[in-house]
Amino acid sequence: MKSLEDLKRMREAALKKVEMREGGKDYRVVVGMATCGIAAGARPVLNRLVEDTAEHDYNCVVTQTGCIGMCVYEPIVEVYDKDGGHTTYVHVDPEKASKILAEHIGKGIIVDEYTVDAAKKEQGL
Amino acid sequence: MHMLEIIMNSIAAGATLIQITVNDSLLRNVIEMIVTDNGKGMSEEFVKTVMDPFTTSRTTRKVGMGVAFMKGLTEQCGGTFDVKSKLGVGTTLTATVQKDHIDTPAMGNLGEMMMYCIQSNADIDYEFTYRTDAGEYKCNTVEIKETLDGVSILEPEILLWVKDYINGGIQELKEEAE
Ligand SMILES: Nc1ncnc2c1ncn2[C@@H]1O[C@H](COP(=O)(O)OP(=O)(O)OP(=O)(O)O)[C@@H](O)[C@H]1O
Ligand SMILES: [Mg+2]
Repeated sequence: MKSLEDLKRMREAALKKVEMREGGKDYRVVVGMATCGIAAGARPVLNRLVEDTAEHDYNCVVTQTGCIGMCVYEPIVEVYDKDGGHTTYVHVDPEKASKILAEHIGKGIIVDEYTVDAAKKEQGL
Repeated sequence: MHMLEIIMNSIAAGATLIQITVNDSLLRNVIEMIVTDNGKGMSEEFVKTVMDPFTTSRTTRKVGMGVAFMKGLTEQCGGTFDVKSKLGVGTTLTATVQKDHIDTPAMGNLGEMMMYCIQSNADIDYEFTYRTDAGEYKCNTVEIKETLDGVSILEPEILLWVKDYINGGIQELKEEAE
């Protein structure tokens, strides 16, 4: 079983990463975790975001928020950049979440097809 | 079980300490879940109406579903449901279900659930306890944060570690109980 002793080792490794990074992270990735989001499948999306960020050391923090007020589009993931710009991704599933991290955070390329604008266009709005 | 909903309510109520206890007893054929918080609490009157699916202090949507849903679920599963709350002091919610009732949902991934809770706000502390007939497992974020000594509990590697730590502890207890 894991013990707090293991955690000390984890801490050392995490500390090295934090020191290497210096300064804040470039992106903030926010998941809507209100009842509507959770019912729509936000839990596995959040789990995937945390796992991928740990594995690839993406330059972002993953956080949660409550109801974004667009329940029909849940699960919603918003990506904020350092300059205050933000992109809203809708109907996100774990696969899409992985792609958003790889493209948007990893390469700085917005995944147009998953954005709220693309969803609205598709609905003829 | 819809425990995450209930804990999210404690978070929304501004709690800084949330105690979550799961008593999982094969002998008594009961799963009991207790969530205690030191959030803003509710008036007696409000507690009475809170079981009603149309009660919410939400402004963006009219229907609150967390508490009423949980109450309905416990009743359907041969259990009990109770909310005790005091304005300015906090809230304790206790839900039980019959362990072998056909409608009782699977417990779900508690480690993952705790990871979501911790991840929502690093300033909130959690005392998680899981009890079976064989003994208990405890996980306390205060202790974890002390061990981390300055490293954030929100680091993704650390969050994943906590998830596995909790699930490992529960698994070990379950094996002993069987
Ligand atoms: N732990 C708590 N402390 C203080 N108030 C609470 C607590 N739990 C529930 N409440 C109150 O009861 C109301 C109903 O909760 P419920 O979870 O049913 O709906 P909601 O949280 O308003 O909406 P939803 O869960 O659907 O997003 C809440 O709006 C809140 O005012
Ligand atoms: Mg709620």
